[in-house]
Amino acid sequence: MRERYVIAGIGHTPFGKLPGRSTISLNVEASRNALADAGIPKSVVDGVFVKVPTSAHQFMYGQKVAEALGMMPRVGGAWDQGGAANITLMTMAMTAIEAGQCDVALICYADNPRSGNRAVYARPRGDDAAYGWLSTAAGYAMIQRRHMHEYGTTQEALGAVAVACRSHGAGNPNAQLQKPLSMAQYCDSPLLVDPMRRDDCALVSDGGAAIIVMSEKRARELGVKQAVPVLGFGNGQTSWDVQLRPSLTSTEAARAAHTAFSMAGVKPSGVDVAQIYDCFTITVLMTLEDYGFCKKGQAGYFVADGAIEIGGKLPLNTSGGLLSETGMPGMQLIIEGVRQMRGTARLQVPGAKVCLVSNQGGTMHTHSTLLLGS
Amino acid sequence: MTTVYSTHAPLKISAPEVTELTRPYWEALANGKLMFQRCQCGHAFLPARHECPSCLSMALKWQEATGRGTLVSWVVYHIAYSEEFKNRLPYNVAVVELEEGPRLITNMVGANDSLSCDAAVSLAIEEVDGVALARFKLA
Repeated sequence: MRERYVIAGIGHTPFGKLPGRSTISLNVEASRNALADAGIPKSVVDGVFVKVPTSAHQFMYGQKVAEALGMMPRVGGAWDQGGAANITLMTMAMTAIEAGQCDVALICYADNPRSGNRAVYARPRGDDAAYGWLSTAAGYAMIQRRHMHEYGTTQEALGAVAVACRSHGAGNPNAQLQKPLSMAQYCDSPLLVDPMRRDDCALVSDGGAAIIVMSEKRARELGVKQAVPVLGFGNGQTSWDVQLRPSLTSTEAARAAHTAFSMAGVKPSGVDVAQIYDCFTITVLMTLEDYGFCKKGQAGYFVADGAIEIGGKLPLNTSGGLLSETGMPGMQLIIEGVRQMRGTARLQVPGAKVCLVSNQGGTMHTHSTLLLGS
Repeated sequence: MTTVYSTHAPLKISAPEVTELTRPYWEALANGKLMFQRCQCGHAFLPARHECPSCLSMALKWQEATGRGTLVSWVVYHIAYSEEFKNRLPYNVAVVELEEGPRLITNMVGANDSLSCDAAVSLAIEEVDGVALARFKLA
């Protein structure tokens, strides 16, 4: 990339249950807040990149959002890639700006499965529904069992992720679930799809979030006050559905991270704080392994003894993640990464210079990685 | 006995949607055989496709599996994501790899607490609501 790029603004709606609001309305509220945070008028935005609502895909959704925002962008549309889409949309926006296709990009996402329809999470999985193969959670449980078998991963290793995220979200006034979790409570939490427990699972949430991306040069011209530089990014897709992939315990997250770390010239040891996509606790363990924070199968040791909590060697999901702040797929992690790099996070990691953010989607089908600087 | 399937969208989510593409698979199961597709390039796979995902050829043939395989992983549902499965709780869903290579979603017949990853398994076709399913049992 010739230019350096920044996240110039962040915005979101309240999280939790927001009855009576359409996903379009939530996208507009989040985008309005992101524009205000950047201190720029909406007239300068000429790229609108929208992640489709998980619970209700709609035809021409990106244009409906742009219409509600009163924008006629040069580049825009909606993208379906599951939970990896938000970082991927950022990467598409930056490459579009680099190629002169737009100048200032808005990336936004909203959904309302909590007050609306959450059937997508219980969905029958094609003809395999004949065997009772339903839901998002079961696919991750299938992976979790295999990981436990191959590497001896314990329930305490998975519990350490839930305990850390719930602890970080407990004091977050925006968090949907502000209830801390002890390891004993985790181990007592009911099995939903064995070996997966209730407290391994992301929340189901209404809400919207948005960010604004532009070149560092353009941010200076527009007088943006708290621009956070993008150091690197990458994508990788495993594609095969769970039962068809050759290995259940490694994914193309490794390739996404390799691309991002190479671009940034940073190694895992140079990361001060991380926001790791925690739709289910097993996802965090496998992402840490695939990213090279530890050897394959060793994430259970890596996360032990408070290592991923505030004050540990790699604090992660410092606003609570999908397990506590909001189940929204991924944008809240980018926003918390920006807060950490601005030095304005509620649970600020002192002196943090590099923040890693991961997004992933489907049942580990898609992955995207972002490295932010301060 | 060959079960007759409708090509219309099924009313029950547990009924597979039988198409021209998948009819040979479901009819063979009803006749006690588990079939998979093999391409001229040698790649063997499930579920049924028009093109080989390895070489993209359409020169595919159905072959009968020996029914021997390995248990890759399994889960046990303690909640029903559909009313239809409430009376089956707790039930397992498993991934099995056939010795010919294809992998598939299945149920393991027998006690859930007897299952272990990498166990040898063999085909145990069972009929559920008029549909023959490719279930497996520990070998």
